[in-house]
Amino acid sequence: MEKFTVLNGLVAPLDRANVDTDAIIPKQFLKSIKRSGYGPNLFDAWRYLDIGQPGMDNAKRPLNPDFVLNQARYKGAEILLARKNFGCGSSREHAPWALQQYGFKCVIAPSFGDIFYENSFKNGFLPVVLSATEVDSLFYESALPGFRLVVDLDRQTVSTADGSKSYKFDVDPSRRHSLLNGLDEIGVTLRHADEIRAFEARRRDQFPWLFR
Amino acid sequence: MGRTLYDKLWDSHVVHVEKDGTALLYIDRHLVHEVTSPQAFEGLKLAGRKPWRIGSVVATADHNTPTTGWDRGLDGIVDPISRLQVDTLTKNIKEYGAKVYFPFLDKRQGIVHVIGPEQGATLPGMTVVCGDSHTSTHGAFGCLAHGIGTSEVEHVLATQCLVTKKMKNMRVTVEGPLGRGVTAKDIVLAVIGRIGIAGGTGSAVEFAGSTIRALSMEGRMTVCNMAIEAGARAGMVAVDDTTVQYLKGRTFSPNGPEWDQAVATWKMLNSDPDAKFDIEVKLDAREIAPQITWGTSPEMVVAVEASVPDPDKEKDPIKREGMERALVYMGLKPRTPMQDILLDKVFIGSCTNSRIEDLRAAAAVAKGRKVASNIKVAMVVPGSGLVKAQAEKEGLDKVFRESGFEWREPGCSMCLAMNADRLEPGERCASTSNRNFEGRQGAGGRTHLVSPEMAAAAAIAGHFVDVRSWR
Repeated sequence: MEKFTVLNGLVAPLDRANVDTDAIIPKQFLKSIKRSGYGPNLFDAWRYLDIGQPGMDNAKRPLNPDFVLNQARYKGAEILLARKNFGCGSSREHAPWALQQYGFKCVIAPSFGDIFYENSFKNGFLPVVLSATEVDSLFYESALPGFRLVVDLDRQTVSTADGSKSYKFDVDPSRRHSLLNGLDEIGVTLRHADEIRAFEARRRDQFPWLFR
Repeated sequence: MGRTLYDKLWDSHVVHVEKDGTALLYIDRHLVHEVTSPQAFEGLKLAGRKPWRIGSVVATADHNTPTTGWDRGLDGIVDPISRLQVDTLTKNIKEYGAKVYFPFLDKRQGIVHVIGPEQGATLPGMTVVCGDSHTSTHGAFGCLAHGIGTSEVEHVLATQCLVTKKMKNMRVTVEGPLGRGVTAKDIVLAVIGRIGIAGGTGSAVEFAGSTIRALSMEGRMTVCNMAIEAGARAGMVAVDDTTVQYLKGRTFSPNGPEWDQAVATWKMLNSDPDAKFDIEVKLDAREIAPQITWGTSPEMVVAVEASVPDPDKEKDPIKREGMERALVYMGLKPRTPMQDILLDKVFIGSCTNSRIEDLRAAAAVAKGRKVASNIKVAMVVPGSGLVKAQAEKEGLDKVFRESGFEWREPGCSMCLAMNADRLEPGERCASTSNRNFEGRQGAGGRTHLVSPEMAAAAAIAGHFVDVRSWR
């Protein structure tokens, strides 16, 4: 997994609540058997004026000029600022993959869908929860061209580039540790292989029908 | 202090806990389908790892499979990308194995959340995972069941464990008798309307109360299925005689002396009377009317006799903006009576409402009537090959066909439109599925979520009608 330590990135605001994973990456792109190639179809239905299909040359498709990510000032943005319940809906991990492959490394919102939140960590893509008021004030500030934020996972802070404002965020110590070190989670779990084996043996004795 | 059903399920599966509460949770059943598994199998292969316990895997292809043209065999999957995904699952199962695999065209193939319970592969007390958010369905059997991402699919394949933290305990209690024409679907839509699509976020939700206990297993599955639409990764119902009766004699249910032993342990799968919940919600079933969603999120729902809400009356600016955007997308004006909304298509199916009981209810409404002329397609997609066979045995296919419905092959179909079944831009659909998100049933398509009865009645009338007044 990719490491995440400190990020100083341009902020793109997506001012709508309850952005679901169907909107983040529409289902027609889930037919791929690969882990990559989802970036050009991030927010496909909002980003382009035509209907996207797998295999299209996305560079030739008409862009929706009203969609925030299509504005020149947000080109190269690495931090997505979002509203509550971002990533609700389906379990598709293609959602954090698409955000990451587009170029985002972090998303800040007042709350997230549970599965999306989990999936993000697995990919070194950091979801940061700040209060609704804090997110509100960041939306206000993001109106300034070139607005950047510094996300420091070790210190668990989101700060303005000049350091004038800084917000603390919570993250589970285990997740933080995995991300800071870019750990392979399966490898970490397999260190407990003996415990898993012992648990499984007890379970098999107790509930043999679960193992038929 | 007493424990909740969720506490009991959690406690009995914890293999290891870290200081911060992060646990390794042992997984009993791993359901696998073609969309969220290829990258997981690939990851396993790249790392040179083997599956931990392949006997826990039950697999099927459901999302991409067509609902017509099965006589052409695998060539029935016209889209080459879909075909590759289905073939990839077959290839992976061939290489790694599975307890059982129901490939495309198998008589027992179907939607993963329909076939698990149908086969007795979902049993009380299990932890069940699947790379699919509607895995919450299986909680109807007193299981801890939730959707996972593809990295987690790979992790469970490799370690038989999920890295997770305990969620909050939430209980939704529904008491009282349901009115005529009011179904499990209406209960869960009413719950989502009440608590919102993030109301259950961070929680495992137990559905309880006399109304839930009176539901069949099919009804309980419908309710648990949509727990995720309230934000809850897991929904569940305590085990009772209804659960036990449903499981008796199913292919993978225990049998012989093991059956009695199993039933004895299952009977303990309920919340203790003095168990404490972090969040409690109570609903009176008598106040629940048939529900219809009007917007682009399942919480945008009203009773059948209501009208499209007016955003001007909403005080919260973020919510108001969401409502305004939804109305534009849905092509609706505030204060329009829901029953005046004309429809283009009707879809009866999905892991929410494609079981035999759903089809019986829809057929009873449709019987002897004709689909309205403004309805371009009204399709019935059974949840599995076995559901389809049972329906045909009961003559339901004839009822539907004579009424002008299309009788299709099983699969996820137009719930998420990964196969050829979809809405065209601007088309409006009464759907028994679970999500009315923008573009869910096809780019630009407009989805209204309803029960099977309401969908069938809407197909006949050409617009929404109150199924309670259906004679």
